[in-house]
Amino acid sequence: MQFIKTIAVSAALAATAGFAHADETLDAVKEKGFVQCGVSQGLPGFSNPDDQGNWTGLDVDFCRAMAAAVFNDADAVKFTPLSAKVRFTALTSGEIDVLSRNTTWTMSRDSDFGEFVGVNYYDGQGFMVPKSLGVSSAMELDGAAVCTNTGTTTELNVADFFRANKMNYTVVAFEKADEVVAAYDAGRCDVYTTDRSGLAAQRTKLSAPDDHVVLPEIISKEPLGPLVRHGDNQWGDIARWTLNCMINAEEMGVTSANAADMASSANPGIKRLMGTEGDLGGKIGLGNDFCANIIASVGNYGESYDRNVGPDTPLKLDRGVNALWSQGGILYAAPQR
Amino acid sequence: MAMDNSTGYSGVVNSGDLPDKPAPIKTDGVGPWIRDNLFNGAFNSILTISSLLLVLYTLPSALNWLIFNAVWTGGSDACRANPDGACWTFVTSRWEQFLYGFYEKSERWRIDILLVILAVGIAWLAWERTPGKKLMAFFMLVIYPIFAFFMMYGNEAMGLPIVETPQWGGFTLTLVIALSGIVASLPIGIVLALGRRSEMRIISLLCTIFIEFWRGIPLVAVLFMATIMFPLFLPAGVTFDQLLRAVIGVALFASAYMAEVVRGGLQAIPKGQYEGAMALGLPFWKMMRLIILPQALKIVIPGIVNTFIGLFKDTTLVLIIALFDLLGIVQASIADPNWSIKSVPYTGYAFVAIVFWICCYSMALYSRYIEDKLHTGHKR
Amino acid sequence: MANNNSSSAASAAPKASFWRDPDKRAIIYQVAVVAVLAWFVYAIINNTATNMEQRGLASGFGFLSTSAGFGIISTPFVEYSEESSYFTVFLVGLVNTIIMAFIGCVLALILGFIVGIARLSSNWLVKKIATFYIELFRNVPLLLQILFWYSAVLKPLPGPRELHEAGEKVFFSINNRGLIFAEPVGQPGFENVWYAFFAAIIVTWVIKKWAAIRQMKTGQQFPVFLTGLVLIIGAPLVTYLVMGRPLNFEPAEMSRFSLRGGVTVIPEFVALLLALVVYTASFIAEIVRAGIQAVSHGQTEAASALGIKPTHRMRLVVVPQAMRVIVPPLTSQFLNLTKNSSLATAIAYPDLFSVFAGTTLNQTGQAVEIMAMTLAVYLTLSLLTSGFMNWYNSRIKLVER
Repeated sequence: MQFIKTIAVSAALAATAGFAHADETLDAVKEKGFVQCGVSQGLPGFSNPDDQGNWTGLDVDFCRAMAAAVFNDADAVKFTPLSAKVRFTALTSGEIDVLSRNTTWTMSRDSDFGEFVGVNYYDGQGFMVPKSLGVSSAMELDGAAVCTNTGTTTELNVADFFRANKMNYTVVAFEKADEVVAAYDAGRCDVYTTDRSGLAAQRTKLSAPDDHVVLPEIISKEPLGPLVRHGDNQWGDIARWTLNCMINAEEMGVTSANAADMASSANPGIKRLMGTEGDLGGKIGLGNDFCANIIASVGNYGESYDRNVGPDTPLKLDRGVNALWSQGGILYAAPQR
Repeated sequence: MAMDNSTGYSGVVNSGDLPDKPAPIKTDGVGPWIRDNLFNGAFNSILTISSLLLVLYTLPSALNWLIFNAVWTGGSDACRANPDGACWTFVTSRWEQFLYGFYEKSERWRIDILLVILAVGIAWLAWERTPGKKLMAFFMLVIYPIFAFFMMYGNEAMGLPIVETPQWGGFTLTLVIALSGIVASLPIGIVLALGRRSEMRIISLLCTIFIEFWRGIPLVAVLFMATIMFPLFLPAGVTFDQLLRAVIGVALFASAYMAEVVRGGLQAIPKGQYEGAMALGLPFWKMMRLIILPQALKIVIPGIVNTFIGLFKDTTLVLIIALFDLLGIVQASIADPNWSIKSVPYTGYAFVAIVFWICCYSMALYSRYIEDKLHTGHKR
Repeated sequence: MANNNSSSAASAAPKASFWRDPDKRAIIYQVAVVAVLAWFVYAIINNTATNMEQRGLASGFGFLSTSAGFGIISTPFVEYSEESSYFTVFLVGLVNTIIMAFIGCVLALILGFIVGIARLSSNWLVKKIATFYIELFRNVPLLLQILFWYSAVLKPLPGPRELHEAGEKVFFSINNRGLIFAEPVGQPGFENVWYAFFAAIIVTWVIKKWAAIRQMKTGQQFPVFLTGLVLIIGAPLVTYLVMGRPLNFEPAEMSRFSLRGGVTVIPEFVALLLALVVYTASFIAEIVRAGIQAVSHGQTEAASALGIKPTHRMRLVVVPQAMRVIVPPLTSQFLNLTKNSSLATAIAYPDLFSVFAGTTLNQTGQAVEIMAMTLAVYLTLSLLTSGFMNWYNSRIKLVER
């Protein structure tokens, strides 16, 4: 009945209504019974609805993990598809509780729009060109027409890149990713640029994916991560430790399959992770077993990665820098103790 | 003409027989019809031949693509094999999604019921000889929307599970936005039209500003404001459903146009009607309700239908604010990697175009029919 | 609007009470409405201010002078680079919107008139084709038509690399990067051609006035249109030749990927223009048809009786009268076209809505300021268009005695 309630409340449009106290996101979420999560309008591997409207993806898994942490129910989550343009407004206005929408962590965004709680995918901007162009390096792209998304860091990075290298270019910027792909496929541009994960995802939509090649250059750092509203430290902690929990679980070898057995492990680190020792969960207003619940219902970071974007998916993305620090990557979560 | 020909006017009197006139040209039959309608004069003949060439050039290839060469059965592979024809299997395999969006599968009967009632209600109102029109109009304009809301959204007390608005989509969503827009805009439009014609200067001025403001800005801007600015206008912590925001924007936008349509009707009512009502001592609102508005609204039915057609087409713009209406959901389906085939986007767009065309054209025909009935003036 | 007062009026005493006095009642109503409205506006402004402060959103127009940092595909008449300010972005968008609206209105008017007259043609086939055109394009959403034209323009065209070899000088080319032609560059002395052009316009105007006076006095006509046409085209042309053709055409050059230099009309422009013109013309055609049909048949008959030739009959008798019926709805079609150009945001045409209310809004997050500026532009354009059309309407209006 929230629908009716909002009508009633807004009909009054009371100028005097008090601002909901900052530390109340968890209470509000518990009261309504689900986490409202902002995702993309459709980016395979990250957040994408299937034929039935079920959402899947790496970003979606994070939302489900938060639901599992709060409710011990990975389905207690609702998704709001957001365009790049309205994502921050949706977060600041309270329409969503957390924004998990392949969003690059930058200083201005961190200060203007919300609090980034970590990085769930280390990305970088790359270029894709048709093989027939015979280009092997981005430095050869002088005079090319570039298709990209409007209103993203991508658009600014590509401008910086071409200016820095004193090359000419024309940019064709579209609102939606699907439109960019369609235009690139129709030959409107020579180059398609976006985050490399995005390139891999969108490539599956091309009419002949094998006729295109991703150039080796990575022209920017794009740490993608979820963010929450400023001013609610508890909710920020919940989001942050949800992410850390998934990464730590992978590091300690706890998976959704063996989670039940691991609960009785003798390893003190795993004990703290699973909440059988200490009261870490209570410190952030959750049950002590919040992390165990996440692992049991969503899995650890590696499982989520393999399921959504890994080599066995249409995206075919290797772990690369997104491997654990102990395995040559840069994924390094703060310890749970 | 008024020549005085009673006096002897010998010049007009014939002395002998006139020469025989040729037989009148044959005017019926195929040949003469072609001559009169297609080849009367050099210019017309050239026009006919060039138009004929245009038709011969476009029609066969269009029909081939749409029907004869199209893929009607099979899956995406069949379409991949035949790139030169429409891929109708794409539509048939997804028609449920195009109609219901992501609406809960087990709950779709609720939409079916609503659609049936809607069809019956509209037929009832549109057909001339049905009784109880007033009651039906009241039902469709007041009771049905409320009922439809509970059916669509659900209500735990009524035993209907809740289906959140982000799950609404497809043609259903198109109807929801267009219908709620028009139903809400009618009363607002009437009030605004009365206000604009009011003798109270300030009220008239305010209504004029309101109407001209909404008529002066594009609907995309309205929808944008609804998504981006609306949350800023509300007290902190109060949030609105995104669909509701879009509907409010659409309704305000449409009411400005509706106001102008109604104003046209009000202006067409002869002053004697107002004076007669006032002479009877009717207060303003009674006069409006009993005398003026029934006449005025009847005249503007074509205008209302035309506004609705415009609104109906404009609902496609909601895809820009990430709502999945019919066009939005078709566009999203086109992007499905399994269907990344050359003919699929064209097929999807053609499908949407056909659906909209059927709806809008039938409404236009109806509006024209009413117009002809109301129009008793002499036509050429 | 406060209709509950009628009940209290009914129960009032028979003498003219306070509530029965229409003037006083009107004042109360209006004060009440203004008060409610003022409270409403205050609430919105207050809420907005609070919200912006609480969310730490920046406010003010300072952002207009910061550098934009992104590229724009087409920036006619405005110097633009990535270092330009957001205000320049605003100007670029404004110019692109105005160009689209102006060219669109002119072409839609021409096409609409042709189709509208074809709809009334005595030629059966032409009539049917015109009807088909109108019914087809009127009843399909514009956004869909824009998407259709965009792929219809883009897909069949070859890429520049299929047409030209690297290093080739190209004077004219149509490919999927747009319509590209050599850039005319005026050499010293070319300004005289402009002078000749403007002089011809002034002379034509003078001739027109003189011809009107002469016709009033003597009844003799003067072929103003033809003379004007010859002058306006001929004078600059002669000047151009006399000055020794002071105009160079600088061709575009094929680089590794696409043509560089020259003048480019981007496909997004062509697609949007096509869609807007075809869509709006179908409405204008109906307006023209209704206007012509609204002229009483007696007018045509009377003109025939006076011995006016059929071609003149249309031009001198029917169309001027039809214009009175046509102009008011035509105005709203022009306004619609202007507003609909904002759908450019669906394809990549950089109009005001797309680059300013879209990209800039997204990069700066200053929704209130940007939307206010954008709406102000559209409202001003609306006012200007309807102002011009009202002026024209009052000129052609029937002068009643």
